[in-house]
Amino acid sequence: MIDSFIINALLAGIALALVAGPLGCVVVWRRMAYFGDTLAHSALLGVALAVSAELVPIIGVVCIGVVLAALLFWLERRRELSPDTLLGILSHSALALGLIVFSLIQSRIPGIDLMAYLFGDILAVNQAEIAWMLGGTVFILLVFAWLWRPLIAISVNEDLARTDGVRVELVRFVFMLLLAMVIAAAIKVVGILLVTALLIIPAASARAFSSTPVQMVVLSTLVAITAVFIGLAASFYQDLPAGPAIVVAAATGFFITRISSARYQP
Amino acid sequence: MPSLQDKPLNTGNDEVLISAGNLGYTIRGQQILDAVSLQLHANEIVTLIGPNGAGKTSLVRILLGLEKATSGKVYRKPGVRIGYVPQKLHIDPVLPLRVRDFLLTAGRFDTARLNHVLEEVQMAHLLGSAVQTLSGGEFQRVLLARALLHKPDVLVLDEPAQGVDIIGQQALYRTIKRIRDRRACGVLMVSHDLHLVMASTDQVVCLNTHICCTGHPDDVSAHPEYLKIFGQAMEGIAPYSHHHDHSHDARGNVVPLAGEQAVVEQEADCHDR
Repeated sequence: MIDSFIINALLAGIALALVAGPLGCVVVWRRMAYFGDTLAHSALLGVALAVSAELVPIIGVVCIGVVLAALLFWLERRRELSPDTLLGILSHSALALGLIVFSLIQSRIPGIDLMAYLFGDILAVNQAEIAWMLGGTVFILLVFAWLWRPLIAISVNEDLARTDGVRVELVRFVFMLLLAMVIAAAIKVVGILLVTALLIIPAASARAFSSTPVQMVVLSTLVAITAVFIGLAASFYQDLPAGPAIVVAAATGFFITRISSARYQP
Repeated sequence: MPSLQDKPLNTGNDEVLISAGNLGYTIRGQQILDAVSLQLHANEIVTLIGPNGAGKTSLVRILLGLEKATSGKVYRKPGVRIGYVPQKLHIDPVLPLRVRDFLLTAGRFDTARLNHVLEEVQMAHLLGSAVQTLSGGEFQRVLLARALLHKPDVLVLDEPAQGVDIIGQQALYRTIKRIRDRRACGVLMVSHDLHLVMASTDQVVCLNTHICCTGHPDDVSAHPEYLKIFGQAMEGIAPYSHHHDHSHDARGNVVPLAGEQAVVEQEADCHDR
């Protein structure tokens, strides 16, 4: 007998895997793992602000993402500090600020649970949230497909893309928005602190078995879906926390692919 | 200052494709370019030479529109198509990319078109190879093929021969010359070594923040300004002409020569024909 909450959880998890797989590849190609992490950490602030303004959380997450990207762009204009230092500063100050805002609204809004945002609460997703996630998945995949060629071009070399007429800044900005949306969707599933794992682990696992960008995107998505299935099964039968179980499943997959790829040359 | 500026050697189409007028470029108080003027015509190969830090790459990037000059004018003929081979292109191994995928980042092209540009640089056999497995010489040729996809009026090549061994460099410059001959496009390239590009260039522009001298390669190599900059570096390095009983392909593999004639100038890509 399978309960409806596990089916809801599966739907939400698969919707997320379908976008985390492809976008994660671009994150890995463009070395944006730390940027993704910063975006995720700042998402708590976005959620807290959106909830206190009685808006859908995704709006807060995307808006904070835009502010963060603008701030980073401005900070990078002076070159004494490297991007990883700047990201480290933004990432943790955004998280700290998010925790403070959260504690302020907690007394005002009953039933809002910090742990659910930090580590995910996939077994509690409701029908409305699933509808949002499925619609969002379709939207994100359509925009991603439309941006596909320019995304590969700027991952290869931004100057070369620019001389070919690609509007590099626009492509980067739209991709950042997509990433913020994926992170907003992922909060329910794996939580703010583990979002980046679901982006980069499937992509990294897929690399060794791919010889084209398309193959890597497909394999990465399959790894992400498999991780969702195994993680949820472990959560259901062994009563493990679902988000961490999904991430551990993905990481196990990664190490298995490492070992087997030692004998496989694409 | 004695001027060697003479009319471009080519005849026929004298239309200016790209030009720089009195460009100045300063970053963080440092003068990179000073009063630099340059013209590129169709069917003409102009080579920019100069020491490290002379501003060659900055000039190229300004002409391409990738940087903005502090002063002066850049002219690009309306609708001019530019093929660009950047300096030091490194493709991260994390991105799985065959030559085919790499070429397709330039736009939508069918396989016949991809094969055609690869044949033009003698690399048609590499279409399915991963770009990270290519040798320096092969990769530079693939970059050149990518620049040809949009049927450019102008090729801008920033140190196209870097990471290529000396024999391969000569072959690469001959390939570039052959592309110009066939397509009648203008070619602007950056090089650090005049002697290697001499045979395949029409005009040399010697740059060291300002333009030291310009003209036919033979004239420039004897020009006092050129010798002042490069003379010392050249001392003790004599051009080394020698005979070979074999040739090299773009990977540096030894390829036997057809026939017995001694060859001073290596035609490293001749085995492909």
